[in-house]
Amino acid sequence: MSILINGETRLLVQGITGHEGDFHAQQMLSYGTQIVAGVTPGKGGDWVLNGKVPVFDSVKTAVEVTGANTSIIFVPARFAGDAILEAADAGIDLVICITEGIPIKKMLKVKQVIKSKNVRLIGPNSPGIISPPMCKVGIVPDNITFKGSVGVASRSGTLTYEVVYALKQAGIGTSTCVGIGGDPIIGTNFSEILSYFEGDSQTEIIILIGEIGGNDEEIAADFIANSMTKPVIGFIAGRVAPANKRMGHAGAIIEGSFGSADIKIQALKNAGVQIANYPEEIPSLIKRL
Amino acid sequence: MLSNKICNGGIIFCAKGKYQGIMKLHEYQSKEIFRDYLIPIPRGHLASTPEEAKLIAEELNGPVVLKAQVLVGGRGKAGGIRLVNTPEEAKEEASELLGRTIKNFPVRRLLIEEAVSIQQEIYLGMTVDRHAGDTLVIASAEGGVDIEEVAQNTPEKIARLSINPLVGLQDYQARNLALEIELSRPLWRSFIAISQNLYQAYQDLDLTLAEINPLVITHNNLLVGLDSKITIDDNALFLHPEFVDKRDVSAETSEEIEARKFCLSYINLSGNIGCMVNGAGLAMATMDIIQHKGGQPANFLDIGGGASSERVLAALRIILANPKVNTILINIFGGITRCDEVANGIIRTMHDIETHVPFVVRLVGTNEAEGRLILEGANVQTAKTLDEAAEIAVALSQKGGA
Repeated sequence: MSILINGETRLLVQGITGHEGDFHAQQMLSYGTQIVAGVTPGKGGDWVLNGKVPVFDSVKTAVEVTGANTSIIFVPARFAGDAILEAADAGIDLVICITEGIPIKKMLKVKQVIKSKNVRLIGPNSPGIISPPMCKVGIVPDNITFKGSVGVASRSGTLTYEVVYALKQAGIGTSTCVGIGGDPIIGTNFSEILSYFEGDSQTEIIILIGEIGGNDEEIAADFIANSMTKPVIGFIAGRVAPANKRMGHAGAIIEGSFGSADIKIQALKNAGVQIANYPEEIPSLIKRL
Repeated sequence: MLSNKICNGGIIFCAKGKYQGIMKLHEYQSKEIFRDYLIPIPRGHLASTPEEAKLIAEELNGPVVLKAQVLVGGRGKAGGIRLVNTPEEAKEEASELLGRTIKNFPVRRLLIEEAVSIQQEIYLGMTVDRHAGDTLVIASAEGGVDIEEVAQNTPEKIARLSINPLVGLQDYQARNLALEIELSRPLWRSFIAISQNLYQAYQDLDLTLAEINPLVITHNNLLVGLDSKITIDDNALFLHPEFVDKRDVSAETSEEIEARKFCLSYINLSGNIGCMVNGAGLAMATMDIIQHKGGQPANFLDIGGGASSERVLAALRIILANPKVNTILINIFGGITRCDEVANGIIRTMHDIETHVPFVVRLVGTNEAEGRLILEGANVQTAKTLDEAAEIAVALSQKGGA
């Protein structure tokens, strides 16, 4: 089995009639994802993707009529927070938000609500999830990976592609690849994804792709040391990057010495994680395990 | 500015990324907000000439402080704050300060304020706690310039409080903060009001940092906010058009300003290999591998998702404007970005800009074959992998790019 998405996924696309929504819905459908509905307020009653998918005015109606259990969001940033809340309110279990740059104040409220409703949110600013060979909920190019036993969790978009593509070139496939999202406030952190992979029978090795800023990698290192039995390989981008141009003291007080690439790498090494120096080194580290 | 607004409100993908997520306000702008939210501050006005400084000092009628308005920390230690006793002195010091630079930031304006007698300096700030996903309010009885050392060496002297965004900062929470930092009882009421007003501003204006440091207790036993740092969530600027004109770009390089116009995320570095990449994580990984192979990146540049050939042209123009650049490395992993669009941008650049700087191009992903075809016959070196591309670029840069 894969994690988060599989053959049971019944996908709803919020913003399906927009430029990005339309294009990627088509891509996901061709990959094999079951797309059961689209939502664009004001376009209810239309049929899209060559007449295969009905459009609804509200997520509530779409869920009632089609039994959608997962939603992907392609609506612009100023409306995306509202779209997540609408999905959560309509009983969707898993929401994947591709949109980036939702105002932080809105996201803090969204996060409280989804926690209280027990909804799993991936993103915002996520490339989505892909579980080869049949299910993709996101914008990850289809042909860069195939079914295998490596789980991938990443904060980036294109850097994730780079890594799974390097795996493919080396003949290594993936169970599920999850982009947790690059915005400051996200729904699901590394530790939660690692915990899913730990419990997934298909996944044997996990790759964690982090970057500078925040302290999610450090927290994941603790989780790996205490709760993981499967091997983890890490890559942290941003060794050369200039220190984040910070202002004021509050951020430094909260994060202390957290945040730099060196500190993240050290924390992961201490937890027994092998660290790659560059993306294309990862396959050789896997083969040496 | 317009493009910036569009970037953040209207589209799904954009390259503003890691380094441009906040907009900083000057002290005088922060204090305008404090005035609106009834947070006590010293009397004062802004001066941009020595004569104005003198007039303001006359009006304030007593010792005054001249404070250089620059968006950089450590301003006081760098000589940007002066205490004077007379309007004449104010004029002299102002003429010395105005026009000079502090840590490379030009001083264009001074905030002239009445001098305040200080009994104690405390700290009050609030910001986003990314991991917890809430707002954290922080207070300490030992405020002032050394607050970070206090936090590091004596963390027990820092009081922290998480705020549920659905209910806000409650009375009892602010009172508990006052208790924790051992504020004397007569000051509680004022401290609670200041905390709650600051939180209200933080909420209303989509701030990502609101800090009063120091918040001083005067010899008359009053609380007054002496200095402040405020940053605004760039992604929420569409809700606050009043802030859009307040951005101070004087500290940014012309490349950074130009980059913002085209919705590119650009940071100048000191090396000689210009980098153009799609995606912030991949851009950082590309810089890392350059260094790993013994080279030095000249910049961080993320062209974002779905870049057009115009955006590619603008990005390359910015990179080529840097005289240190002797080699360009382009690393594109096409997802929503199309390799043919990038290739067209590269061809347009070579047509529009006369340059001897060699290009090393690595294109993978969406429309890769079309992209390669467009580059065929062009004077660029292509590579199949990032590893290979980095090696070629580093070797070229060490030969001076020839």
